Amino acid sequence: MSNDNVRTFSGRTVSELSIEEVLSGKLTVEDFRISAETLRRQAEAAESAGYRQLAGNLRRAAELTGIPNQQVLDIYNALRPGRTNHGHLMTWADRLESEYDAPLTAALVREAADTYLKRGVLKSVA
Amino acid sequence: MEDTPLRSKRFEKLADRPVNKETFIKPWPEQGLIVADSPLDPSPSLRIENGVVTEIDGVQQAEFDLIDHFITRHAINLETAEQAMNTPSLQIARMLVDINVPRAEILDLISGCTPSKLVQIVGQMNVLEMMMGLAKMRARRTTANQAHVTNRKENPALLAADAAEAALRGFNEVETTVGVTRYAPLNALAVLVGSQTGCGGVLTQCAVEEATNLRLGFKGLTSYSETLSVYGSERTFIDGDDTPWSKAFLAAAYASRGVKARYTSGTGAVALMGHADGKSMLYLEARCLLVTRGAGCQGTQNGSISCIALPESLPGGVRTVLAENLIAAMLGLEVATGNDALASHSEMRKTAKLMLQFIPGTDFITSGYGAIPRYDNMFGGGDFDVSELDDWCVLQHDMQIDGGIVPVEEKAVLQVRERAVMAIKAVFEALDFAPVSDSEAQAAITAFSSADMPDRDKVADLECAQKLLGGPLTVVDVIRALANAGYQDIAANIFELQRQRAIGDYLQPAGIFDDNFKVLSALTDPNDYQGPGTGYRVEGQRWSTLQNLPQAREPKALLEQLTADRESSWFPETQTAGPGDQPEIVIAVSPAFGAQIKHSISGLDLRDVLAALLKGVHEQGIAWRIVRIYHTADCAFIGHAGAKLSGSGVAVGIQSKGTVVIHQRDLDPLENLELFPQAPNLDLENYRQIGRNAARYALGKPVSPVAVNIDNTARLRLIVQTTLLQHFETQQIKRDQSPMEINFSEWR
Repeated sequence: MSNDNVRTFSGRTVSELSIEEVLSGKLTVEDFRISAETLRRQAEAAESAGYRQLAGNLRRAAELTGIPNQQVLDIYNALRPGRTNHGHLMTWADRLESEYDAPLTAALVREAADTYLKRGVLKSVA
Repeated sequence: MEDTPLRSKRFEKLADRPVNKETFIKPWPEQGLIVADSPLDPSPSLRIENGVVTEIDGVQQAEFDLIDHFITRHAINLETAEQAMNTPSLQIARMLVDINVPRAEILDLISGCTPSKLVQIVGQMNVLEMMMGLAKMRARRTTANQAHVTNRKENPALLAADAAEAALRGFNEVETTVGVTRYAPLNALAVLVGSQTGCGGVLTQCAVEEATNLRLGFKGLTSYSETLSVYGSERTFIDGDDTPWSKAFLAAAYASRGVKARYTSGTGAVALMGHADGKSMLYLEARCLLVTRGAGCQGTQNGSISCIALPESLPGGVRTVLAENLIAAMLGLEVATGNDALASHSEMRKTAKLMLQFIPGTDFITSGYGAIPRYDNMFGGGDFDVSELDDWCVLQHDMQIDGGIVPVEEKAVLQVRERAVMAIKAVFEALDFAPVSDSEAQAAITAFSSADMPDRDKVADLECAQKLLGGPLTVVDVIRALANAGYQDIAANIFELQRQRAIGDYLQPAGIFDDNFKVLSALTDPNDYQGPGTGYRVEGQRWSTLQNLPQAREPKALLEQLTADRESSWFPETQTAGPGDQPEIVIAVSPAFGAQIKHSISGLDLRDVLAALLKGVHEQGIAWRIVRIYHTADCAFIGHAGAKLSGSGVAVGIQSKGTVVIHQRDLDPLENLELFPQAPNLDLENYRQIGRNAARYALGKPVSPVAVNIDNTARLRLIVQTTLLQHFETQQIKRDQSPMEINFSEWR
């Protein structure tokens, strides 16, 4: 399958990207970012080849394309052991769902929050 | 006296062998110091109620730790679990080596296995069967390799040059890291520019902590990440400051920016961190691999990695490391199979261990071959390094195996290093970074290590690094800088790499680019090995490339060199040689001796050789004749022919390459008085003694055999030259030509 019509995060097609446009300053790093649509297409390809879990990851990745770099880092840090409490993780999950249209990632965060609670890996109350 | 223990000199020598620098221990299961089959490992079990796993490997739901929770929810395909768990492990092990069972069928069955079940399956297999399994189960059909490129001085010119050379040498991924974390952006930049100079499409990464790593990816300075460590016990995972969920989120975060990710784990890590709870290393690693799969990460680097010496201290350690590679492949994961950290003081042990991955072939044979000297390896050593590149290429040449490194010419390496150095210099200039000086650039082109490099202004470099990471500069500025400075080809490669990140085909399992930016992955290049005639085979153009060692010589040219000066024989012939009728020694020389061939295999002038023989004969006061034998080039038959002509019945036979025999008429041709088959070991004094001994045999005097120095490597070094000379000599045979007497009056 030709990749020419693949759209990047900024909405350009891959075939529109050219080194001349880079030199003339028309393209930024955002124009080379992978789009949610592309990641979902990759997820389907992975799934039909039998890589179900990878497909799940790529679908979550599709959701994360719309989340700014700093927020991505913030969510990652919140998920690390002992960083935050159950309520804070649940708030992140809600924001992911309502603000960023990221239900799959939200489900992962909720599941983490509940499991962390069971296993005592949340931030101890000071 | 009985207090003094008796020491064997052999045991004393053995104790000094490199392999005995290593510590070997007996298993201690309670501390997790056991590679597999700990008595405390659970038996395989899985109970599913209403679509929910309520027991895994003997642990009830209420007792699940983080890893059990994660694996049961994400890693195990429940609809195949019942069939998988009910199929005898021995049967699945046999399927793994059965060429009639395709990979896809096994992947499907394995997707329903628990960690204990996976361990039980590979537990049925010996290393040969595991290698067969790995050849069949690895994700990508085409094998590949990864390089480490780092240096102690964090010198960007040297990093660029080394990355360019690594790319030229065929590595598909180049990994760098830092001594000081804040250098990361500059190192990532240098390795990116260098690698794309050597070969477009080489993937690069800079191993630093996750937040910085992600930011490098956001900026387009890296294209993959394999820093994502996972662990087989809950306590160790938490000590590693992560959980399966945080790692799963990271995997998605990398993919969301078009960056390929690979987890890392391996036997020994948990035991080393003190939380094994009596579980075997392989069982804990199986849990890691299910976390990796459950998170949806496309692959792993495993094979004990930096802990390799720990499983190796225990019985069965190296087999277990292969088993963990195989389990990863069985789970459909790309696997970069270790062989990165130093595995032994013993070259023999190190190489033997490598063969378990090298021979079956893996997605990445090493997860970091030191394309730099070990001195400069900031990953802490490197199992193989730049000084062993030729050894690696020779192994590929010997076995017709593709270990992912191609032989290269020195000139091509110097060219690509120079271009990379000039390119990074131009980029630093354009971005207003601390400049790369002309002398620094020059040093980087030919450097062996960073010891050959001048020191840089570290404060200035760190400021630039901060500017790159914290400011608005991105890979787009790098592309622009390169193109504006006249490095359009490098700019084009980096540009194409960015475009490919937007397309994302290389995010599929085991994705790499070939040298035309074509993605090779489990989807575009799936491993279809099913026995002879199938799968990836080293043939055609690739085999030509791999066998083309720069040090390999044209045999005809080598022969020309050995037989230069073929004109004008040194020894004029006088008359046909008849039988002698007085006491004498006949020196019988071969057809080309001193005629077309002028030097022995050890480089001695054949006039000097002949003179030494004559001197030895002369000292004993007996006459001699020199005779050229034409009808044979065989040393024994030359000597025997000479003996039949000799008045005393004793002769010395000598070939052009210098091999000598003392022969006697009454003996059968293949018997002798003394034979000196190793011509390279003979010096002129030996030849004199051989002449002396021949004379003493003829005179009936007591003879002490000639003592010759023995160099056991002579045959190894010179067998090709010997073969070529002997081939040439046999071509000079004239079957019907009688022996001719030779004049060598100037022997004194």
